[in-house]
Amino acid sequence: MARVKVKKQSTFIDMTAMSDVTVLLLTFFMLTSTFIQKEPIQVSTPSSVMETKIPEINILQILVDDDGKVFMSLDKQEDRVAVLQKMGEEYGISFTDEEINKFRLSPSFGVSISQMKSFLALPSEQQDAVLKDYGIPIDSTDNQLKAWVKNARSQNKELCIAIKADQKTPFPIINTIMTSLQDIRENRYNLITTLKVVSDNN
Amino acid sequence: MAEIQENNSGKDDGKKGKQKKMTIRVDFTPMVDMNMLLITFFMLCTSLSKPQTMEISMPSKDATEEEQTKLAASRAVTLLLGEDDKVYYYFGEPNYADYTSLKETTYEPDGLRAILLARNSNVVAQVRELKQKLQNHEITEEEFKAQSTEIKKDDSAPVVSIKGTDAASYKNLVDALDEMQICDISRYAIVPLSEGDSWLIENLKSGGDLGRNSDFGQQTN
Repeated sequence: MARVKVKKQSTFIDMTAMSDVTVLLLTFFMLTSTFIQKEPIQVSTPSSVMETKIPEINILQILVDDDGKVFMSLDKQEDRVAVLQKMGEEYGISFTDEEINKFRLSPSFGVSISQMKSFLALPSEQQDAVLKDYGIPIDSTDNQLKAWVKNARSQNKELCIAIKADQKTPFPIINTIMTSLQDIRENRYNLITTLKVVSDNN
Repeated sequence: MAEIQENNSGKDDGKKGKQKKMTIRVDFTPMVDMNMLLITFFMLCTSLSKPQTMEISMPSKDATEEEQTKLAASRAVTLLLGEDDKVYYYFGEPNYADYTSLKETTYEPDGLRAILLARNSNVVAQVRELKQKLQNHEITEEEFKAQSTEIKKDDSAPVVSIKGTDAASYKNLVDALDEMQICDISRYAIVPLSEGDSWLIENLKSGGDLGRNSDFGQQTN
């Protein structure tokens, strides 16, 4: 039986061009994007027409969720260490090198200073899991937010304070934070928002 | 998987020393795979857009009262941020006797914005004219900024006090601040709510009953 002989053809596809494209895309993403900061809580910020961008460095971010829990983040490691030490001095707590080292590595924090020692003793995976249940106290009797911000400011004069709050946060909580900042003479700060486009003719 | 193909046509048997012609093909498939993985990683773990920010400067604690007294009643607009995305407002001094002096509106473009634009029509018209010039490249960006700040200092422009009630949300505050930006109002402040203001809202809700039944209105007048 004569079989039709199928000619063997190589199925070689030249991937060079494809590789070029992916490398280009990769370069684009590496150059334009910034890494997402790990935050203990997810907030959806309100939208606004403001187009000012937030500066990239020296940010002290106050994160507020809709229950009114307050967290803070500082972007420089050395600032975090210095602030923790100053807070320790103020509240009469001394931290060991190991605790300070652990604190240095977590970008955001939000634990009452009296619980800080036991919190830092936890392994870091557990810290992430429980951090969202804590929060810096901001009541009038025990306003630790003031102390944190004040110490951070004395450490780094160029800090830019930014409040990132959920859009459903009740006004009294925001008001407490604003008056706390006012009390320590921090009168200029930023509210983080997302962009909303409004046409010019309405 | 690189592959070297030889051109074996059998012609070069006799000629020694001549180099064989070879085509070198490198398979880029694994390279593409790796790049795709990296791209996926970057797309998921980074953010392209930086967050926007709204700069506000609050008056320092000591200066608050001074600023308040300087305010002329004819220019004053007070916004009370209420519950359920409602906003109440009154012009000038609060009028406790007449409950209709407090009005209710929304954050929609035809609500609060329309009111503020009407109050600030003088400045808004001038700024819009300036913007037109900017678009036609008659003036530079710097000139535009300098001139618009100059216009916004207008003595007839409204001065807005924003007061939040306990039922308001952060979104309401940002919306209100946003309207200030849209309506070119340069003088505004976030002020704590006074007892009289919350009474006014209650009075409006009850349709003036509160005012008739209590003597709060008479006292403060």
